[in-house]
Amino acid sequence: MADGRKEPKSKYTLDQGIPGAFEGETVTRRRFMTATAHGAGAVAVAAFALPSLGFAAGSALFDRPPVKWKAIGPTADFPDDTYVPRVITEVAGIGQVGRTTIYVRARNADDPPPNPSDYDEQFIAVSTRCMHLGCPVRYVDAAKRFICPCHGGVYNFTGAVDGGPPVRPLDRFYTRVSDGQVEVGARYSVNSEFRRYPSYRDPAQDLDGIGQYVYPGRFSTPQMD
Amino acid sequence: MKLPLPPLPDVLKPKPRRPGEAGRDKPLDQAKEAGIATVDWVDERTSLSGGLRWLMFRKVPKGTNWFYTLGSATMFAFLSQAVTGVFLAMYYDPSITHAYESARYITNEVFLGEFVRGMHKWGSSVMVILIFLHMARTFFFGAYKYPRELNWLIGVVLLILTFVMSLTGYLLPFDQRSYWATVVASNITGTGPLVGPFLADFLRGGAEFGSTTLSRFYAIHMLLVPGAIAALIGAHLYLVARLGTTAPPWQRAESVKGIREEQV
Repeated sequence: MADGRKEPKSKYTLDQGIPGAFEGETVTRRRFMTATAHGAGAVAVAAFALPSLGFAAGSALFDRPPVKWKAIGPTADFPDDTYVPRVITEVAGIGQVGRTTIYVRARNADDPPPNPSDYDEQFIAVSTRCMHLGCPVRYVDAAKRFICPCHGGVYNFTGAVDGGPPVRPLDRFYTRVSDGQVEVGARYSVNSEFRRYPSYRDPAQDLDGIGQYVYPGRFSTPQMD
Repeated sequence: MKLPLPPLPDVLKPKPRRPGEAGRDKPLDQAKEAGIATVDWVDERTSLSGGLRWLMFRKVPKGTNWFYTLGSATMFAFLSQAVTGVFLAMYYDPSITHAYESARYITNEVFLGEFVRGMHKWGSSVMVILIFLHMARTFFFGAYKYPRELNWLIGVVLLILTFVMSLTGYLLPFDQRSYWATVVASNITGTGPLVGPFLADFLRGGAEFGSTTLSRFYAIHMLLVPGAIAALIGAHLYLVARLGTTAPPWQRAESVKGIREEQV
């Protein structure tokens, strides 16, 4: 220590290098001010950063716009041995981009009984979103199969995977009959045993075995009205 | 204020005046004096010259060759992307109904639009190629080793951010190819276990490709990632200047042999 400077009186100030501390004092005014200033800075940053993050992520993760039932034609239009294509608007307000093709048929004797639901589900509406990576599949009547142009995914007549990279059967839509019209509602996913997952998963997310836990559902499912 | 001269080669050093010329300032001399005075004025208030000299006039090892320019080349590719991107943003409209039309307008109607959009489009591929060549040079020359590991890590983050730029920029022309590529890319994002589905939703702004997906990609492409890339290039360059560059491996082998001979 330099000459002429006072020896520190307290062992705390000696050990911890806090100048001007009283005997036994661990939280000096300087320390208190430092902590307060840093704390105030952290609060100020959090005050703009947290709402911004919530703004960017919250709506994307939690908001599910309600799904409207869409009439796609009279019940007589849809046989039970082949599919009829229909174009529906899945996302409203964005023009052609929000439209998608679905394939619809009546339920037949070979189909497994429908999952319990609030709707009659006499008709089966199959999504054209390939369960490999989301390209549009096409139903080929001669082969009785759905075929994806991107990476060769093939699905059989029920929509179950017949070959190629897809990980689960094609998604479906809720259906009901209202005033003689077939109506389709929200999308749902199925696993290879056609068990329904109302919180539909993105393509390439396996729903068999461990897959249903590795790819958790969304925090909410769309409401239908 | 008199500054020490940088280590210039002899040809560039200012010649001393001939005797008898003193006092007769030609216009060229006066202009030179004015320039020096201005630089001095700024330097006196900022002390920038020391930092600039530190950055620019570094010692480089023997054997430095053309491969060492790949990093700068990548940076100039980024600068080209930044400049052309800023001007493309003046005409581009990131709305689902107008994006394709505004991109078409840039290409077909705006003076030099096809050229600037082409620079941006092809320049993105050039940047990815250059960044890989730069990375390969660093790897094969062993320039990632101590004490430059942190610079390698920053470089890897820059590589990933460049891919993020490539991905988000691909959607912006909003044609069929853009749309389906983005559908596929967001579904690939969704395959990450546990967090993947939520990341995909965050990227798309919802469960479906919707009205905010395009503006979200646009904001990430032109605001979020370029800022991060610029900041990290600064850190990358600082570390290059701080640590210096490495000699090529064959150069080092020679010097080791020399030391060994001395010891014998």
